[in-house]
Amino acid sequence: MAVSYRLRVDPIACDGHGACAELLPEVITLDDWGFPIIRSGPVERRLLRLARRAVSSCPKLALQLERVER
Amino acid sequence: MLADAGVLGSRPALPVDSRPGAPDDGPDALPRLLDDLQREGRLDGGRVSLPSHRQRYPAPPRPGRRREELIRRIELAGLRGRGGAEFPTGAKLRAVGRGWRRPVVIVNGTESEPVSHKDALLLARHPHLVLDGALLAAAAVGAPDVVVAVKGGLAPAVQAAMSERRDETDVRFRLVVPPERFVAGEETALIHLLNGGPGVPTFKRRRPVEAGVEGRPTLVDNAETMAHLAQILRFGPSWFRRVGTDEQPGTLLLTVSGGVRHPGVYEVEFGEALAGILERAGAVPNMAAVLLGGYFGSFLHPSEVARARVTSSSLEGVGAAIGCGAVVVLPEGVCGLAESARVLRWMAGQSAGQCGPCANGLPAIARASGELCRSGDGAMLHLLERWAGQIEGRGACRLPDGAVRFVRSALRVFADHVPLHQAGRCQGISGLLPIPEQRATGRQAPARRAAGSGNRPGPTEGLGAWR
Repeated sequence: MAVSYRLRVDPIACDGHGACAELLPEVITLDDWGFPIIRSGPVERRLLRLARRAVSSCPKLALQLERVER
Repeated sequence: MLADAGVLGSRPALPVDSRPGAPDDGPDALPRLLDDLQREGRLDGGRVSLPSHRQRYPAPPRPGRRREELIRRIELAGLRGRGGAEFPTGAKLRAVGRGWRRPVVIVNGTESEPVSHKDALLLARHPHLVLDGALLAAAAVGAPDVVVAVKGGLAPAVQAAMSERRDETDVRFRLVVPPERFVAGEETALIHLLNGGPGVPTFKRRRPVEAGVEGRPTLVDNAETMAHLAQILRFGPSWFRRVGTDEQPGTLLLTVSGGVRHPGVYEVEFGEALAGILERAGAVPNMAAVLLGGYFGSFLHPSEVARARVTSSSLEGVGAAIGCGAVVVLPEGVCGLAESARVLRWMAGQSAGQCGPCANGLPAIARASGELCRSGDGAMLHLLERWAGQIEGRGACRLPDGAVRFVRSALRVFADHVPLHQAGRCQGISGLLPIPEQRATGRQAPARRAAGSGNRPGPTEGLGAWR
């Protein structure tokens, strides 16, 4: 059983602060209005620590790191 | 008629109509849902009374009895939702019935799509078929509560029908009239409203079938779906599968309007040629396009209409889907770009304003489509494609996805019309598609969310300029 992690944003809670995109540009870019677009697929292992920092950096707690078991 | 094993493929051969003495006297051909309405002459007014309805359909059983059998028959019938998402109804019933808390059943009769009227027809003229379906669904999942959500205009008729049958059942009926917004009919918005909040969508980890109203497993099904459910459990899954296709058995209701001599609700079977249906409706011979699935759907070019069948596989090829079954014929002489701009402006105003991509992206797309119509500026095409790609799938509900599908289809079908607008020579008229008035609701949705604002947005004046 393989475990992977995916980033997901709650679009209602998200206010477009953008801290997440600054911390993790490899996975998160901003649309034309400053809201995060998350690259689909699991987060690479080498980026997981940054991903967790991005999650805790969100002032609205809108970013979530989900554990996916396959 | 195919033998059960052949129709059902590799499923174990179950005697699907095995109740001793079960009469298989379902309507031989079409119509099915509209059969009683037609025979009683109620298509244009009045409704099928409870006593008349009970002559053909027995009262549904109490919740909790024979649950597995009920669910199994719906699975075998292959019924899929008729609200637009086409989710397998049997699977949904099974998921809802799995929980340990007593579920809630919601009949979604809100029909927010402006060009769809099939649910309104059923609820006004044959409410007891829909309510039977709801009670059967409640029996299948063990729900003691049924909520019926409708627009205000239908409330008296549905309330009357609900009162008529109170003696028949212990199930608690409740009627709810959500606010008149497009998104208020969305599944999570209905649940949000019933939980005491505003009628706007939510974004929760747990899906409604697991936890919805009061945290209980919640079944939300379209009114037409409930009506089919009632017929399947009355006449059997094999009967249901006699028409339609293997992947999409049965019939569905289409609302046909626009450039047709006989607008109205038509019951058709899956697999029928769209062109034939339009001919029956008296469509004008020269069409600019056909809008399929309502404003949440997409345009078809006349050449595509000629080849299209009412099946998901046929329509997928041209980026379309049946959706709620609303079909609007745009006659030649109507400007598709202008009509699209009007619809997009309305959709932007319908955003709940909760999600940045939608609250910002929809107005931007609406403005760009208006500018495209005014000037034919090629830069607008680029912007529309860019923004469509950016907002797709990024809202809490599917409103942005609907707008994306709609605008992409408009760009595809009306692409060769753009040069006319560049030259300022478009002679087309607009105003055919009905756009509901955008009235201010009691609770104002926030205006477009400025990124990084971090504070509560203000009222909707920012959207006022182009309502």
